[in-house]
Amino acid sequence: MTTPITLVAAGSALPGDAPAPATLRKVDHRGGLPSPSVDALGAKFGTAVKRVDVVWGETTVVVDGGRLQEIVRWLHDDPSQRYEYLSDLTAVEFRDSEQPLEVVWHLRSIAFRRFLRLKVLLPRGTPLEVQSVWPIYKGADWLERECYDMFGIRFAGHPDLRRILMWEQYKEGFPLRKDFPLRGRFSRAEQLRQALAANPEARYSMEELSIADAFEDLPQEMRARLRSGEKTGE
Amino acid sequence: MGLIHRPEPDVVSYDPKGGDGWVTTRLDFLVNWGRANSLWPMPFGTACCAIEFMASAASQFDLARFGMERMSFSPRQADVLICAGRVPFKLAPVIRRIWQQMLQPKWCISMGACASTGGMFDNYAVVQGIDTIIPVDVYVPGCPPRPEGLIYGIMMLQEKVKRERGADTSLRNEMEPDPTSQLYIPSSAINELSEPFGNSVNQTRSGL
Repeated sequence: MTTPITLVAAGSALPGDAPAPATLRKVDHRGGLPSPSVDALGAKFGTAVKRVDVVWGETTVVVDGGRLQEIVRWLHDDPSQRYEYLSDLTAVEFRDSEQPLEVVWHLRSIAFRRFLRLKVLLPRGTPLEVQSVWPIYKGADWLERECYDMFGIRFAGHPDLRRILMWEQYKEGFPLRKDFPLRGRFSRAEQLRQALAANPEARYSMEELSIADAFEDLPQEMRARLRSGEKTGE
Repeated sequence: MGLIHRPEPDVVSYDPKGGDGWVTTRLDFLVNWGRANSLWPMPFGTACCAIEFMASAASQFDLARFGMERMSFSPRQADVLICAGRVPFKLAPVIRRIWQQMLQPKWCISMGACASTGGMFDNYAVVQGIDTIIPVDVYVPGCPPRPEGLIYGIMMLQEKVKRERGADTSLRNEMEPDPTSQLYIPSSAINELSEPFGNSVNQTRSGL
């Protein structure tokens, strides 16, 4: 699953005598040179690569949502790519209600000093669901939860897809969607009533604590409660 | 800056030449004098106001002059809750519980525009004034208030403490929230308090 890491000397992109990467000085707005990963992606996945944009020297690849996990897995594992770092995961909704939602992954290859932006388009009227990259990048866990919390996009294969910023019983919808009113859907009193009904201690559920490595360090009494199967998460 | 000077109530009479060696005063005066000059703060800092609060507590402005050098990070040993910064709805039950854990006598200072009114965060996530969750004694305006502002608020609170009467036990009654809604004040009052104002008055709840 993980490739062994070869140390790369500072100033050279590839082990051995490959040319050193240079910082680009004059970058065109459009039509710059795409990342070398684009050709490799095209050769490997063919029609799953739908569109390639190069804006300010950064490459954006729109890919087929159905093969996303396969593509990201290959980008992560293949020794010629080695995108070992998921620096961000987010979504974009446009004001034009005809335009599809976009889910965006920012991948970075530390070994090759490359950056690649992947996008999947979710057309209107279809269920907002994409494949999770959690099996590849464990750091995607909270990023996908945040994306779900704010946009309502479901990530198939995520182990624990819950709200993360808003409380779990939040009923008003998904705040970063364009059809969400700025002040929320409910009256202020109702919002406050619902917020006050939340239990502040339920933030960390016993289930979460039970899978923590620190289980043995928990107080005796808490361990006993966990063993008896007590659940505090809502 | 400064408080309007009011003459101290003449309640201490002591004649050093009399040789009696005793002092008379009102019990209220003595108790309030002690309380007002040893208000231990429970800092509830969530945003930039907390930075100004830290500046107030540090050597330049020196809250120790007011007997407040001892920050009580446990609500059970605190006298005054200083809410410095915006409170999102997710924190509403937390600050409510902290307030309920504090022992009487207790007071609350709402520091800054966000804590007092929601400030510029007139959105789905932020409580529009902590007085919709807990009772507030002193509001300090500012975004964020300078330490002088906070200290002025603290001195106003000290004045308030000094005017309390021990005979008035209602001051120390714990407010009980409505058991069904958990709110201290009626829903209509909260909605009215949270009405948008200023530039945001033209925004509607209905659409974008």
